[in-house]
Amino acid sequence: MGLENILFIVAFAAAVFLFSKNLKAIIRNINLGKDLDISDNKLERWKKMILVAIGQSKMVVKPVSGLMHIIVYAGFIIINIEVLEIIIDGIFGTHRVFAAPLGGLYDFLIGSFEILALLVLVACVVFFIRRNAMTIKRFKMKEMLGWPKTDANIILIVEVFLMGAFLKMNAADQVLQARGVEHYVVAGSYPVSQFLVPIMENFSSGYIIFLERATWWFHILGILTFLNYLPYSKHFHIMLAFPSVFYSKLKPRAEFDNMHSVKKEVEIMFDPDAAPAQSEGPVERFGAKDVADLNWKQLMDSYSCTECGRCSEQCPASQTGKLLSPRKIMMDTRDRLEEVGKGKDKNGKDFSDGKSLLGDYISEEELWACTTCNACVDACPIELNPLSIIMDMRRSLVMEESKIPSELAGMITNIENNGAPWQFSQTDRANWINEE
Amino acid sequence: MSSTLNVNTMAELMAKGEKPEVLFWVGCAGSFDDRAKKITRAFVKILNSVGVNFAILGTEESCTGDPAKRAGNEFLFQMQAMTNIQVMNAYEVKKIVTTCPHCFNTLKNEYPGLGGDYEVLHHSQFLQKLMEEGKLKIEGGEFKGKKISFHDPCYLGRGNGEYEAPRALLEQLDAELVELKRCKSKGLCCGAGGAQMFKEAEPGAKEVNIERMEDVVEASLNIVAVGCPFCMTMMTDGVKNKEKEETLKVYDLAELIAEGNGL
Ligand code: SF4
Ligand code: SF4
Repeated sequence: MGLENILFIVAFAAAVFLFSKNLKAIIRNINLGKDLDISDNKLERWKKMILVAIGQSKMVVKPVSGLMHIIVYAGFIIINIEVLEIIIDGIFGTHRVFAAPLGGLYDFLIGSFEILALLVLVACVVFFIRRNAMTIKRFKMKEMLGWPKTDANIILIVEVFLMGAFLKMNAADQVLQARGVEHYVVAGSYPVSQFLVPIMENFSSGYIIFLERATWWFHILGILTFLNYLPYSKHFHIMLAFPSVFYSKLKPRAEFDNMHSVKKEVEIMFDPDAAPAQSEGPVERFGAKDVADLNWKQLMDSYSCTECGRCSEQCPASQTGKLLSPRKIMMDTRDRLEEVGKGKDKNGKDFSDGKSLLGDYISEEELWACTTCNACVDACPIELNPLSIIMDMRRSLVMEESKIPSELAGMITNIENNGAPWQFSQTDRANWINEE
Repeated sequence: MSSTLNVNTMAELMAKGEKPEVLFWVGCAGSFDDRAKKITRAFVKILNSVGVNFAILGTEESCTGDPAKRAGNEFLFQMQAMTNIQVMNAYEVKKIVTTCPHCFNTLKNEYPGLGGDYEVLHHSQFLQKLMEEGKLKIEGGEFKGKKISFHDPCYLGRGNGEYEAPRALLEQLDAELVELKRCKSKGLCCGAGGAQMFKEAEPGAKEVNIERMEDVVEASLNIVAVGCPFCMTMMTDGVKNKEKEETLKVYDLAELIAEGNGL
């Protein structure tokens, strides 16, 4: 085992360690949310996940970006087989360890990886141009300024470099194979990188070995770094999209949950005998003021959100210039959750900074602009539900803080007094029968 | 036009020891809003003409609680729901039809968890059934050949996945059916849902119903068909705003069928 292998093992172990630490922090954050039992309908959930998450059925609603996304996604998954080989080679000092056992299949695989790598590279360049040089409204909305925009660009640029390094590495390898340089077994087929060979033909073998090693290291270190970038990025959706779809709502979209805490109290009002002798546990807060009042699924979804803005593009409020943008609701939830998590890491688990999601991040004006139309949920490629967060915050506003627009307060009073949202007497309900 | 409607209340039937086949849930808009009352009457005319044995709750009906729930007041919603469920369960209601997608959604999806289990149909679904059973013949009449689009109500379409029943009815009118640029699951909200009906919109560049009306104007229709009393209000306002009252009419599905059949 040479120095190179030891270095590799150290880098690899560090990356895995760091990633698992970040992952643990995220899982801890998600678990700050309230319990929610979503263990029903397993079969239907698997089907939905296969269709929507693996099959990306909702991505292709936009055919161009949908198709390009599928290329990048497939490329990402398939090229990871190559990464496995790189890791084994890195640890044991072998070279193209899968070549001998796989034989002809290996040539086919490497050939397909190359074609995919090229497609991914092209798709990422196009994505980059779309985001930066074209005016696509959903990429220009104000929640996308600053870090979110940079984040998206970093991901695309890194992908381009990783794929570039992969192809260049293969080109160098080919030249070395052809020259019969020791250690470089003759293996693989190179439908794309063969076109890079002429650039290198005049270089000395020593220099080409250097290039091959450099791109090899760049490629794998890039991937390990990228792995650790994920937890800070919207790109984390490549992991959480699957559980988010699996646990997404199966009921009709317009059905809202009946709050259990309220149900208990209303039952007591209708039947005083139903009152429990003693109050059970601590009093629950109605609705959501801060992230810990949301449930774990809503919190997990905030990490799954890839900030694509398909939700806000369809949202009637966003489209007509209201402050509300469902994407921002997801982003705010994640930002606040991260803030709470970091606070707890630093100052212990009972830490409170006096801030809250409702008020410090999301305003009443945003919440009251929602028509509960479900366009955002329908548009989201991974079935995230900004509406459920909006509703839980409205509940907190109204039931905890009695903050409600005055016209709505009037509507509520009318229902209380005369069983209709307008001021009409209940006794006039059937007057329509005799009016023409 | 005959104006006497034949309507029984549950209480009246109960007194006679009878039970209707279906409860017509009129809803608050259908009971009190002047424009929506026309929809209610049109629907009853159809029921009468087919001879459907139905009843209403009349003065025993109370708001489903939908606007309270969507406005964040879950207490009031559940109070309303429990009250209505007690009334309906006492009458042993099994089947409900309603002309309001908000009532439809609440009764169908949110009442079962509170003890109210009924078969609930939107009037488009109910009328489609009558049509398929051969009981209702849709003539079209004055609407024949007119250019018509259906504006999907969020709580019927996206909210409950029903896109076909309204279209199946409209097809029978023998009209020229076209789809709006944004339709079915991509249909744009009229702006009234989520209790917005009862408040001014938040500040913005435009009203949602105007944005929607632009889709309608673009399609250069004679008629935009709706299936919700709130959509009716928003679309009617939109037509006024665009000064299209002369050339563009808003009708509920029930009105198109009733008038087309000369009821
Ligand atoms: S449900 Fe609310 S947030 Fe979602 S698209 Fe409709 S108005 Fe926008
Ligand atoms: S919620 Fe869904 S649609 Fe909206 S930005 Fe996030 S991933 Fe995209």
